[in-house]
Amino acid sequence: MYRYDQYDQAMVDTRVEEFRDQVRRRLEGHLPEEAFRPLRLMNGLYLQLHAYMLRVAVPYGTLNSAQMQVLGDIADKYDRGYGHFTTRQNIQYNWIKLEDAPDILADLATVEMHAFQTSGNCIRNTTSDQYAGAAADEVVDPRPYAELIRQWSTVHPEFNFLPRKFKMAVIASDTDRAAMRLHDIGIQIVKNESGELGAALYAGGGMGRTPMIAPCINPFVPIGQMITYAEACLRVYNRHGRRDNKYKARIKILVHELGKDEYTRQVEAEFAHLLTQNIEPPAAELERIKTFFADPPFETGIPDELDRSDPAFARWVDTNCLTHKQPGYIAVTISLKPVGGIPGDASADQIRLMGDLAKQYSFDELRVTHAQNIVLPHVKKADLYALWQVLEANGLGTPNLDLIGDIIACPGLDYCSLANARSIPVAQKISERLAPREAEIGELKLKISGCINACGHHHAGHIGILGVDRKGVENYQLLLGGCEGADTSLGQITGPGFDEDGIVGAVEKATEVYLANKQGEERFLDTYRRIGMAPFKEALYG
Amino acid sequence: MAEVQYRFRDDEPVSDPGVTVDAFGEQTNAAAVRLEPGDDARDLLPHLERLRLVEVNFPVFGDGRGYSSARILREAGYSGELRAVGQVLVDQIALMRRCGFDAFAPDQPLEPTDAEAAFARWADVYQPTTDGRAPIWAKRHG
Amino acid sequence: MKILTGNDLKTGAVTWWDGVQWSLHVEDAVDVGEHADTILAREEAARRVNSAYAIDAVKDETGVRPAHIKDRIRALGPTVRPDLTLKPADPEAGNWVI
Repeated sequence: MYRYDQYDQAMVDTRVEEFRDQVRRRLEGHLPEEAFRPLRLMNGLYLQLHAYMLRVAVPYGTLNSAQMQVLGDIADKYDRGYGHFTTRQNIQYNWIKLEDAPDILADLATVEMHAFQTSGNCIRNTTSDQYAGAAADEVVDPRPYAELIRQWSTVHPEFNFLPRKFKMAVIASDTDRAAMRLHDIGIQIVKNESGELGAALYAGGGMGRTPMIAPCINPFVPIGQMITYAEACLRVYNRHGRRDNKYKARIKILVHELGKDEYTRQVEAEFAHLLTQNIEPPAAELERIKTFFADPPFETGIPDELDRSDPAFARWVDTNCLTHKQPGYIAVTISLKPVGGIPGDASADQIRLMGDLAKQYSFDELRVTHAQNIVLPHVKKADLYALWQVLEANGLGTPNLDLIGDIIACPGLDYCSLANARSIPVAQKISERLAPREAEIGELKLKISGCINACGHHHAGHIGILGVDRKGVENYQLLLGGCEGADTSLGQITGPGFDEDGIVGAVEKATEVYLANKQGEERFLDTYRRIGMAPFKEALYG
Repeated sequence: MAEVQYRFRDDEPVSDPGVTVDAFGEQTNAAAVRLEPGDDARDLLPHLERLRLVEVNFPVFGDGRGYSSARILREAGYSGELRAVGQVLVDQIALMRRCGFDAFAPDQPLEPTDAEAAFARWADVYQPTTDGRAPIWAKRHG
Repeated sequence: MKILTGNDLKTGAVTWWDGVQWSLHVEDAVDVGEHADTILAREEAARRVNSAYAIDAVKDETGVRPAHIKDRIRALGPTVRPDLTLKPADPEAGNWVI
């Protein structure tokens, strides 16, 4: 994985001192909250329901064991012994003191981590495919390109006061595991017919109150011009994105109102101009970054078979492990969704343990997934049973990847000051009710948001749940048919909402409609797409 | 008009206040113009020869359009004074410098110690702009 | 009744105006009547509280009960982690929120 040189280290160290100074001025009364707020947000510090919350950046979701050690230690030292992995592949802490925040950033800097731009109206942490470097279907490892974007977007002088937040994702395979087209800019690294690498640029996607699937604005930007093109996209947005209404300020509204063609025309004109400005890092810089993402020293000629005689182990392998590009290895997803648990939460001990396991079994590498799980990308098959036994013993062996218990849920009204309803208790109840039937129900991505901002990706769930406030009472709308990936679609609302117990029953009914109508190997989503909303409505409201 | 608190140039300051972009187009002798966030900086490009001062107004500190306006002018070769006016905060001036501003006239004067620390803070930067600083990638690859 | 709530500037802890200072316990909250704006402006300026606001509440047999569920969750703590609330020993505490 990428390692800092003295320049990268100086950037994070400088940021720590800058923020320390800003916090001091706030506490001494030289900086009013109104001016401090955007500064603390650009350092990942929110004021939430119960305390300050710190969101730490995990660039493109990649971590090593030393970083996990510090993340676990921060949870113990400054928080209440746990952290929450988010749908943006980051980790956040819920009980932070403002006066401690600079020290936490300093601790993070010791392991090449930071909280740069994890909130605020700026370019956020760039996300990627959690199986990058391990997946058999990728054109290249997308992470060097994401790292190039990380550096370009870090303290970019022009783009710290955008109309709204700006999220980017980079993938490099046709199977989209990062919801790329639901980002402000999505990039797919592709090869053209001549074998040259380029970036397919998608702009104007997003969830929130107006979900949009990003259209492709340029199918092939030569890789040596990707940063310049991104800068052009951002500049057009910074200049012309709406600032009169925060709910219409995301780039998706600009692309929608101008139309894809006009937005693209403006970007192309700005791009032509910026090409004269020599802002693109040289190829040598990309090559330098790429060296950090070379394959680890895989052993060759090792057995590719598994002993599946333990049925519980075999079940976990079938649900939670992915074929690796290297024979004899496998990519493992550690579920942070124990039955009835809090999706994405991990204790300090679990965080450190996962780091230790990565060091022992996965070339010191882990990934955070946008589904709030952890991946050990390169595990030798011969070690898999031993690894699984440790995971099992520590509450990390739940075999439910992409099943109904693998629920994405935002923190909701239990933690978040924007939320209208609680998300976690709904996830817990559904998990408890339906986990026993998980195998029968099969692949079903269930996603819960506690408000319209859609941090729980409810628009993209095969089943989505949106919590709303109905006259001071929590109410839950049900959506069906959403999907991220190459066949991205947005879920449709079934009808009137439900109370907390009602929504659990409604989800169960939806799964029953599916099972009753399923043909062959159809997944829930396939059946829904074939039979449409009507039979579900009939079962729910008839 | 707020006082110019910081100015990083040696030429004689223009004393006239900047006129609006519309008035500038009509007054062929005006040398100073004031850009509001919604103005298109590119409207000024045909007139760079006679421009000596561009004031870029930040009515609210969170409206970042002025950063793009500044870079567009510098990228087009404008070499006169580029002055940030309005709600200009001490934690923004280093970014503004990078975008090409070389004068600052904040509505609320900045605390000098904090401002000097801010101007000096970032020893290295990742992105090239027209401010002449070599980005980190250039230093890495000599 | 109108009560005031905010977060402690340094620690972020949820606090309630008790007439003299900021308390961690909603039971201590007092009715500020028409004086909300005055108190809020003074306390924010003195940096004793951050992002404070006035809310409606009622006083019943259980004490002071904020009108909105969000403020009741603020008063108690996260319902999904009873161990981290202000009433970790009370298994029924979460029901008060609803």
